[in-house]
Amino acid sequence: MATFKYILALCSFIFALGSISASAASLEDTIASLVKANTKQKIQAVTVISASGHKRAADVLTAFVGSKLYYKKAGKKVVIIKKAGSTYILFDPLTAKELGQLPKSKLKKIRVNNRIRRVIRGVLGSLTLLSKNPAQRLKAAEAVFKSAAASSVPTLKKALERETDQKVKAKMQMALAATELKTSKEQAVRLSAIEILTEYSVPEVRALLGSVIAIEKDEQVKAAAAKSLSDIEASLAFWNGIGNIFQGISLGSVLLLAAVGLAITFGVMGVINMAHGELVMLGAYTTFVVQELFRTYFPEAFGFSIAVAIPAAFVVAGAFGVAIERGIIRYLYGRPLETLLATWGLSLILQQFVRSIFGPTNQAVGNPEWMSGAIEITGGLVLTYNRIWIIVFSLLVLGLLMMFLKKTAFGLQMRAVTQNRSMASSMGIKTGYVDALTFGLGSGVAGIAGVALSQIDNVSPNLGQAYIIDSFMVVVFGGVGNLWGTLVGAFSLGIANKFLEPFAGTVLAKILVLVVIILFIQKRPRGLFALKGRAVEN
Amino acid sequence: MAQTSTFQRRSGFSFLLTDTGGQWLLGIILAAIIFVPICNLYVPVDSFFHVPTYMVSLFGKYLTFALLALSVDLIWGYCGILSLGHGAFFALGGYAMGMYMMRQIGDRGVYGNAEIPDFMVFLNWKELPWYWHGFDSFSFTMAMVVMVPGILAFVFGWFAFRSRVSGVYLSIITQALTYAMMLAFFRNDMGFGGNNGLTDFKDILGFNLQTDGMRVTLFMLSALAVALSYVLCRYIVSSKLGRVLVAIRDSESRTRFLGYRVEYYQLFVFTVSAMLAGVAGALYVPQVGIINPSEFLPANSIEIVIWVAIGGRGTLYGAVLGGVLVNYAKSYLTGAFPEIWLYALGALFIFSTIFFPKGIVGSVSSFKVKHSVRLSLSGLFQRMINRMRQNLKGA
Amino acid sequence: MTNKLRTLASASVIALSTMFAGAVQAADTIKVGVLHSLSGTMAISETTLKDTMLMLVEEQNKKGGLLGKKLEAVVVDPASNWPLFAEKAKELLQKHKVDVVFGNWTSVSRKSVLPVFEELNGMLFYPVQYEGEESSRNVFYTGAAPNQQAIPAVEYLMSEDGGAAKRWVLLGTDYVYPRTTNKILRAFLKAKGVKESDIMENYTPFGHSDWQTIVSQVKKFASAGKKTAVVSTINGDANVPFYKELGNQGIKAEDIPVVAFSVGEEELAGLDTKPLVGHLTAWNYFMSIETPENSAFIKKWHAFIKDKKRVTNDPMEAHYIGFNMWAQAVKQAGTTSVDAVRQAMYGQKFKNLTGGVAVMNTNHHLSKPVVIGEIQEDGQMETVWRTEGVVKGDAWSDFIPESAKLTADWTYPWVCGNCEKPKHLN
Repeated sequence: MATFKYILALCSFIFALGSISASAASLEDTIASLVKANTKQKIQAVTVISASGHKRAADVLTAFVGSKLYYKKAGKKVVIIKKAGSTYILFDPLTAKELGQLPKSKLKKIRVNNRIRRVIRGVLGSLTLLSKNPAQRLKAAEAVFKSAAASSVPTLKKALERETDQKVKAKMQMALAATELKTSKEQAVRLSAIEILTEYSVPEVRALLGSVIAIEKDEQVKAAAAKSLSDIEASLAFWNGIGNIFQGISLGSVLLLAAVGLAITFGVMGVINMAHGELVMLGAYTTFVVQELFRTYFPEAFGFSIAVAIPAAFVVAGAFGVAIERGIIRYLYGRPLETLLATWGLSLILQQFVRSIFGPTNQAVGNPEWMSGAIEITGGLVLTYNRIWIIVFSLLVLGLLMMFLKKTAFGLQMRAVTQNRSMASSMGIKTGYVDALTFGLGSGVAGIAGVALSQIDNVSPNLGQAYIIDSFMVVVFGGVGNLWGTLVGAFSLGIANKFLEPFAGTVLAKILVLVVIILFIQKRPRGLFALKGRAVEN
Repeated sequence: MAQTSTFQRRSGFSFLLTDTGGQWLLGIILAAIIFVPICNLYVPVDSFFHVPTYMVSLFGKYLTFALLALSVDLIWGYCGILSLGHGAFFALGGYAMGMYMMRQIGDRGVYGNAEIPDFMVFLNWKELPWYWHGFDSFSFTMAMVVMVPGILAFVFGWFAFRSRVSGVYLSIITQALTYAMMLAFFRNDMGFGGNNGLTDFKDILGFNLQTDGMRVTLFMLSALAVALSYVLCRYIVSSKLGRVLVAIRDSESRTRFLGYRVEYYQLFVFTVSAMLAGVAGALYVPQVGIINPSEFLPANSIEIVIWVAIGGRGTLYGAVLGGVLVNYAKSYLTGAFPEIWLYALGALFIFSTIFFPKGIVGSVSSFKVKHSVRLSLSGLFQRMINRMRQNLKGA
Repeated sequence: MTNKLRTLASASVIALSTMFAGAVQAADTIKVGVLHSLSGTMAISETTLKDTMLMLVEEQNKKGGLLGKKLEAVVVDPASNWPLFAEKAKELLQKHKVDVVFGNWTSVSRKSVLPVFEELNGMLFYPVQYEGEESSRNVFYTGAAPNQQAIPAVEYLMSEDGGAAKRWVLLGTDYVYPRTTNKILRAFLKAKGVKESDIMENYTPFGHSDWQTIVSQVKKFASAGKKTAVVSTINGDANVPFYKELGNQGIKAEDIPVVAFSVGEEELAGLDTKPLVGHLTAWNYFMSIETPENSAFIKKWHAFIKDKKRVTNDPMEAHYIGFNMWAQAVKQAGTTSVDAVRQAMYGQKFKNLTGGVAVMNTNHHLSKPVVIGEIQEDGQMETVWRTEGVVKGDAWSDFIPESAKLTADWTYPWVCGNCEKPKHLN
């Protein structure tokens, strides 16, 4: 809170100072002084700029906090930059006039650190509270809530009056209550602030109340805050439980994606494909390549890169799958354990292959805008977009796959071949052709899983190894040869894991789940949804 | 496969008489036990016949892998149980041995604490956990080396075989077993040294581990263990019990219909195999100087199966051969072609499964059958003796 | 008959020995062993260091080698397999007879090769930041000890500029480096008056990829009303999903700063760092530091690896310093004999890439500057704080009671890596 007091003191000081000569000239000096300033002086300068009332003040501070404020090494002139490749376009901070271009090496950044960032976000909050853009107003309200500076109360009240957006209004009320609780001297105002805050059961309010209780002298306020805190905590605990389920489903969807391709190659065809993980990895690398192409040729359409990567990964991994089937696996039908050995060798080769081409280091796969960030359902429940999309995506993939198997002619042939090869063959189905395409399908789905995994995990040659065992567990637990089993298996393992994790810790939770699988297989040796009938025996 | 079509009652070691591959194997091991120490300790360093010590340890290590492969072949080759978790039993044996050697360090650790090993000092533990007690004693440790893997295998097998988990399902849950064990041993709170495992060993029974003599001794012990285990396994598979095992391998349900309690046979051989793996682990650790949870890696267990497959499944001596050869290849390739060795190893696995489905031994024996070559060691002796007799007569 | 038998047996022994002995090469080169994993889980970090070594050797050869001889790098692949590290170390020292080895990344691999180097009297340069609590006669530790990384970083976060953190989350991968570092930090924090209830410690397995639960736990812990900071000793691979989760759950550096000791330019290269701007790392080297030496080094690296996008990182600098110091020591000793070079190493000086001069101390650790940097949008770090001069690496931490009393000093009269009093007291 030292920072805050500091600002307060500074504000009054600058107010006095500013009334004498708050001219553009002195503002220019203040900005110029940033070049040599230390953290304290920079914070001082930030307050001066924000208090100046200059119409460019918010822009200058935004540039500063976004690391866009530089100065020329020659002449120490402060500029705002815009990146254009390796050269930067320069703008005058106060007039926004373009000042030509300079290469990066001729400029030096004016450094910010977290302390300065916090101050700037705070003052920017009160500067942008009246912005026309509701998203910006929302951010401003959040910033004011964090800084809780008394100086922002009048602006906040003014903003509240004309606010029409309910969501923003709520945030502003919360910010106002927080500010009043922290800065007001009147007990009544503070008590009513606590009452308002109780309605917002979010971690931030919890933190605020906690800090108030820790230093509060007024017993009545302290008691009210404590009661409010316990209410909020109860509500947070509830949402925490809901969050746990979401996390479990999200983990389950990752497992499902990793396992669903295997459910075809292993579950339907009976090939113990140890190179499955590497096919997933190939999908992830395809995503990387597609994104690189987008970065070089259509940087503005980057958001679509994932949409292109999905079919591309399917084709690449599928093609590898067909090649593997024709080259290796077809010689090994009827010897499932030997497919294990051969595909194990293959997985070593594929790993080294990727390592030779792309190098051993992680590759940067970006998250498109629509997959970044989180949605706040309530304050206590924040769901990240990438997880939501992966859940949706995994269900979609499974659904399409089931449709394909049930509704298309090829799906029919595929089932026929796996159920009775010789009979299918005598009915005129080209079994070799169906085998190759089935394996290709399973591999292609693995590739698609790679696209999704690239969004949450490392894209490195080891990617596949991390998922192979879990995939087998899911398929076996769910019941070999049954896609519903894979679905139920994946989600129940995911949720079980996430519910155990907070109590048992990450590792123990995983061990417990494995032990449960082992014991479960003893009870139901063929998994959750066991196939019945004679075909099973072989 | 090395089983004869007719079964006759035999006694003593007669089961070895028809086992030509085994005779070769035992002969080579015997020769190694005799000559390697001589060539290492008594032949001068610059001589062509000198065997450097690091090679002795290296081959000692390969022999422990060979023993491990042998234990897998016993259950996979003769009973059709494909364990993809045998590394767990190996590692448990290794940990037991490692714990003994940790206790032997005494106050010679970096913190000079005679009560508890360094890593426990590090975790602020004040006293030895209960499961570390007894490992000061060598005989107790030796018992644990076979008991711990044995008991785990028995309990695991009891559940698995009784509920007739078989084939791929069994393989996958053995993977789960070793994976779970790995995660558990990785935890520092388990009290087995976490990721670093147990290391910095000094001596066994007061003999310094870093002397040539000790290394040669360990090599000889490993060789001896392989030889004895081989005889044991051969005895098991040649006995009546062994016949039943093969019957189970070829058709589990038919054997069951014949009135055999299949699960007891499976359980017996699985437990014996786990114990052998434990012995292999115990011999492995002093020779490499470290045991840590990465031995539990599911990948390691899969590799063991590959050794067996490459050597020749269901022959026992093929497994030994595979264990030594694949590991030798790995040592050689990682040194000679560090950048591309994985391609070579991967290709080896693929080609050998496609082109030599019976492994090296199987391919050699089909070659023998085709060209009617006799490679029996006892036959060789017989012929040599005959020749000598004739020579003597001639003289 | 016995003759035949003997021939048979010795033939098999010969066959074995010739396979390994190989052709004994004439000693007309100085051999530099490179013991870094090129496959397996650690290849991701270690391959870069192998390339660095090849570059340094090539550069030295361009300068005419050492003692009139060319240098020859002997590369082997221990494949991220810890027992194999020991085997390969033996192979380097006994079969290839290398004069020095540069290698290892993980603590466990170092522990695995340690007895080998001590027994065969080899010389190893270990380039990675590590947990300390070790000083071997045969190893030179060119990475940071905990007092060169962790403690300055925490002090910074406690300062006004760093955000004056009062509540601490110690997140780590469950192995010896994070455990030790956190133990030291706990003792340090307590000494600074932080209460037990204000410290949260959590360990995850290697390669942990699902961080949802832990990140929400951190969020919850941080909402107790005190300024909270996270100290991360999360290892390698697990960092990318961790930071992705942090970014997505909206944890900003201004609210909960995360300072990491195992995240360098290389790890960030696989990541979109926009949401991470402001999170911190502490090292002895950043690629972004502008000195003539550093720009020359980066230029050489890009030329050698033929890829302008590749980054440089702290362990690379450690190898750079280690290799050059070793070269100087060899020149000074006039031989590559391990015992002579070791003596010549003490007090050896070499310019850091970040400015200032690194010194090799008699406890086999370097004196280096400590820099704290903020992650930037381009995946680089920007220095926000650095020590005035250099900090001497401590083999034994002062914050662990058992080790506080130990001293590592390999010169007379101590001649010891972990002693309470000198060995030679006259």
